[in-house]
Amino acid sequence: MSVVLEVRDLQKTFGAVVAAKDINVTVNEHEIIGIIGANGAGKTTFVNMVTGYLKPTSGQIEFTGRNLIGLPPREITKLGISRSFQVPQVFMSESVFDNLLMAYAIAEETGMGLLSPLYNDERAERVDSHLRRYQIAEYRNATASTLPQGTRKLLDIAMAAVRKPTILMLDEPTSGISAEEKFGLMDIIMDALRLDDTTVLFIEHDMEIVERYVSRVLAFYQGEVICDAPTAEAMVDPGVREFVIGEEYHRTRTENGGSEHA
Amino acid sequence: MRHIDKTVVGLTIAFLALLFADFFMAEWMRFIGLQSLARGTVALGLLVLWRTGLVSFGHALYFGFGAYAAAMLTLLGYHDAFFLVFAGTLIAGLLAFLLGFLLRRYRAIFFALLNMAFSMILYGVIVKTEALGSTDGFSVLAPTFLGYAPEGEAVQTTLFLFTLVFTYLITLGVHLYLKTTLGGMSMAVRENEIRVEYLGYSAEKVIHFKYVLSGLVAGFGGAIMALAIGQVDPDSMANWTVSGEFVFITILSGIGNVAATFVGALVFELIRTYAFEYAPQFWQFILGGSLLAIIMFLPDGIWSVLSRLRKAEKAPSP
Repeated sequence: MSVVLEVRDLQKTFGAVVAAKDINVTVNEHEIIGIIGANGAGKTTFVNMVTGYLKPTSGQIEFTGRNLIGLPPREITKLGISRSFQVPQVFMSESVFDNLLMAYAIAEETGMGLLSPLYNDERAERVDSHLRRYQIAEYRNATASTLPQGTRKLLDIAMAAVRKPTILMLDEPTSGISAEEKFGLMDIIMDALRLDDTTVLFIEHDMEIVERYVSRVLAFYQGEVICDAPTAEAMVDPGVREFVIGEEYHRTRTENGGSEHA
Repeated sequence: MRHIDKTVVGLTIAFLALLFADFFMAEWMRFIGLQSLARGTVALGLLVLWRTGLVSFGHALYFGFGAYAAAMLTLLGYHDAFFLVFAGTLIAGLLAFLLGFLLRRYRAIFFALLNMAFSMILYGVIVKTEALGSTDGFSVLAPTFLGYAPEGEAVQTTLFLFTLVFTYLITLGVHLYLKTTLGGMSMAVRENEIRVEYLGYSAEKVIHFKYVLSGLVAGFGGAIMALAIGQVDPDSMANWTVSGEFVFITILSGIGNVAATFVGALVFELIRTYAFEYAPQFWQFILGGSLLAIIMFLPDGIWSVLSRLRKAEKAPSP
């Protein structure tokens, strides 16, 4: 397995607040990694730094051997790291189809190509097959602002995946989704991303989701990575249990968590 | 193309009809027509910006720049309309390109007022410059057209023809541009700049391009206006009220279709002309009142009448 992302000694401070401290993470190709931690632990800050939205105070971020520090999000996106958002960032007053048509057009056109027609039949076909892959084809002509939350989340992720990124970072894909729908939603996302062999890092609060979809866990606490281990191991880590999962988490880990990820 | 673009057909029909009408039109109608074409072209640029979510209260800057550039070139002895209008357009576009580096970083009211600030700098400079006739401006001699020097009424007839051809081409160009990826990105930038960045394109670059486009067409409108009136002066070319008129026309027209801007510009000219003729004391009151009525009853502009009629036509069928 080759390393796709390497983060070394990453620091981020906002005045006196330390949002990230000594973060060292290595991500291998095709891994599915869960990022866990309480609110304010630095999970989103980490994603923001890797995708260029925030500039780290110090440290190194390398993507397939290339330094990412100082690059804006659009350049990092073009290199192959995309992201979705906790609050879906879509074109609200446009239809689902037009959202994705625009996403494809921006991904596919450069230079003078930008002055070729936005719509063409081949591109529309690609959009429609993408819609089917993310199982939102029935909402094809619905305006994004009228979509149910889960569907809008799928649209957001589908837009992020248009470029077939090497790494996709999902910021809380299941937040705001009812408990019954969560697994169905994650199945769609993971099945779709597996087709492109995408490396996935996703932020998640629900430990059941983490156990089911993730092979490795990064646990954040006060800006630091307090645990970086395979899922089963992380779930019984005393630090994770105390600072991330909390006392309310009573399930026995040994039979349950272990067997699912064998 | 398999499917017929109604706007292209409509524009072409209007173009041919006006081309024909040019030979029969009364002089005052041609004059109003020329002004409508000039102002409508400027509003075309505002339409593009508006679709991107930006309103400029300062496009008299480019209008005035184009007008004065063309007029000043006549002082240097250049009289060919092709050269004057081309130069006015280009120089306004160049200014928009330079100022764009700053303006593309601003949105909403800051964008609107920063544009106005720049336009008032131009206004101030013109007013203070004696050589350019200060507040009186100076007159512009009748242009020639590739060596042809018309006289009398033929000057306006030829100028109208000239303006019509170029306005037609520009409008068609803008219409087709709006259907390209870059044109469509107006929507994307207006709706969500963060998403645009994370899809891999710079929202500021999109805005800059559109800003230059709007500067070019405003420069064109200004140069045409200078030749049409035969005079340039700061109050009717570069003052903030002129920028206001362009915004007025854009609201009046709506941003639904490129053709709408010319209908809006014509309606604006007619309201102003007749209001001034019949109620010289209250003409601004009438102009303001009609804007208020448009905003209240046709918030999407004159063009929305057409789409409303279309809906009404369809409605009775079960």
